Amino acid sequence: MTRVFISQDMASIALGVDAVAQAFRDAGCDVVRTGSRGLFRIEPMVEIEDGDRRIGYGPVGPQDVAAILSGSHPNRLGNVADLAFFASQQRFTFARCGVVDPLSDADYAAHGGWRGLEKALGLDRQDVVDCVKASGLRGRGGAGFPTGIKWQTVLGAPGSEKFIVCNADEGDSGTFADRMLMEGDPFCLIEGMAIAAHAVAASHGYIYVRSEYPFAIETMRKAIELAAGRIAPFTLEVREGAGAYVCGEETALLDSIEGKRGQVRAKPPLPALEGLFGKPTVINNVLSLAAVPFILDKGPEAYASVGFGRSRGTMPVQLAGNVRNGGLYEIGFGITLGALVNDIGGGTNSGRPVRAVQVGGPLGAYFPPSMFHLPFDYEAFAEAGGLIGHAGITVFDDSVDMAHMARFAMEFCSVESCGKCTPCRIGSTRGVEVIDRIIAWRGGRQGAGVALPHGLGAALYSRSPERMQSDAAAQTALLRDLCDTMKFGSLCALGGFTPYPVLSALDYFPEDFGAVAAAAEVVEPVR
Amino acid sequence: MTADRSDSPDMTALADVILRACAAVGNTQSALLPLLHAVQHETGYIDDAAVPLIASALNISRAEVHGVVTFYHDFRRNPAGRHVVKLCRAESCQARGGAAVETVAVSRLGVGMGKTRGDGAVTLEAVYCLGLCAIGPNALVDGRPVARLDAAAIDRIAKSVNA
Repeated sequence: MTRVFISQDMASIALGVDAVAQAFRDAGCDVVRTGSRGLFRIEPMVEIEDGDRRIGYGPVGPQDVAAILSGSHPNRLGNVADLAFFASQQRFTFARCGVVDPLSDADYAAHGGWRGLEKALGLDRQDVVDCVKASGLRGRGGAGFPTGIKWQTVLGAPGSEKFIVCNADEGDSGTFADRMLMEGDPFCLIEGMAIAAHAVAASHGYIYVRSEYPFAIETMRKAIELAAGRIAPFTLEVREGAGAYVCGEETALLDSIEGKRGQVRAKPPLPALEGLFGKPTVINNVLSLAAVPFILDKGPEAYASVGFGRSRGTMPVQLAGNVRNGGLYEIGFGITLGALVNDIGGGTNSGRPVRAVQVGGPLGAYFPPSMFHLPFDYEAFAEAGGLIGHAGITVFDDSVDMAHMARFAMEFCSVESCGKCTPCRIGSTRGVEVIDRIIAWRGGRQGAGVALPHGLGAALYSRSPERMQSDAAAQTALLRDLCDTMKFGSLCALGGFTPYPVLSALDYFPEDFGAVAAAAEVVEPVR
Repeated sequence: MTADRSDSPDMTALADVILRACAAVGNTQSALLPLLHAVQHETGYIDDAAVPLIASALNISRAEVHGVVTFYHDFRRNPAGRHVVKLCRAESCQARGGAAVETVAVSRLGVGMGKTRGDGAVTLEAVYCLGLCAIGPNALVDGRPVARLDAAAIDRIAKSVNA
């Protein structure tokens, strides 16, 4: 019987792959559902087993079964692993994703699974922590804090009860690596958490998954049941989020697990010392924990040998938005932004020029193509006024209005703010208003303020008429001032980083905020 | 907000739902989110009448339950339409024409964002990222993911909603 591998990733399902899988079953094939390989341009894709090779066809539909089985279908891709998009990657964390049946323990073990945990269990706790430290692994959620040091703090913290918490509240637009891993290789995350549990002597763990990922939740729950014996006495449970972006912030996430509003806690105390239920807690992102089995199995040197500067190892980069080859590309740090967007991503999907890319989700900076020389590295991005975040790259073509995107950043912050600190809660709303005035000025260009409905303008701004009357330049200065307050006055990254997309849009795309027109008007009389 | 009393829930049934859910998820404060998910799954929304019952089941204050119900976007305090369309508004979908699709969806479905249509057939909601960012604009239609939305795809959704 012909063995056919077909993804059951949420993205593949959104593209209609279930009907294709059913058609192959109806044709009498042995269909194995896997995760996604991570290149969505060729999905829905099927892979026909041919000895050691898997011959891919994609994109295909349910009507293509006969042509695929006879080998005559025009969308024949050849051996999938040899496709340039996959062959050029360094898949440490995602080695099994798209290849194995996510819920087959035998598949997982046959592809190198559980070896990291076995090695860890043979080591002292301190040796496991030292191994993670030596690998140079840094928190993949965005902050880039060394994972080994976090674990060291928890190991050294007094207390008989400790927790491992996995932050799988991947809410950043343009990121989907956590989702793909949980759907495509859930045992890898479980193994990483079990290693962490051994390292710091924790007995119970939580995986907090956002509710927007129903397939990941289901797969993780099944995988935990299947792996219970492997990780015992450590136990795990999945907690489903409830649609609050701010719960991706670690202390808000802990409050959410405790059954409270997901509000940010002031630090200190660090979660490593007083975390979940006040106990010492390791809280790491999915990708940080999923990198650990490789590090224990292959050794920290193997992981650290790849990378750039202080950013060691690989990063599963996610190419998203208006990009031709959208998908997941795991590669060592140091590759340039331009290589990712143009060479691997293939430019925009619309065929128009790339105008801006946002790196790191809604709190990440917008960069123009003139910044494409930036190497993918925590420090390089921080220096350039941005962040790597969760390594999502959202590509925009030249039809994008950057003032609108800056407004969206403020609007998103106002919708998702937990409300605890003023700069974020109020600042984001004021930010939307200021940008609205800039956009209105840009549209009218008479330098007059925006008329608010119902005479509100007069009422609200009676004491500061100059602010209502002022032009884009004055409003822009006000916006920068507001961003400064949010950046340095907010309690967490939501309010603190929302200025990144706003300021980068202002810096790199001033013409969208009326700046070029304003300059031209000033220059004209001189001529 | 005025509740239509004829639609108010059967209190015995509601108490029973909460009791059964507690048996599965526990009765500590930490069980609050799983409990609210379970109640919403069973009854479609979190009726205000459920708040004191949940508070007493978990031995926490009504204010704490109310605070959590109103904090998280997922929890509804009113029944949703028979179909729920969650349309992604995040950056990656915007980069692929999400705003235009949103305009089409509002007009073809005949309901504003964040609203339930008068006849109760459909609720249209914003969602911020479904993690399908390379194949947008995306939506969840009654929990089923749909990618590469365009006007034709919205028409198909409208047809299934109106059927």
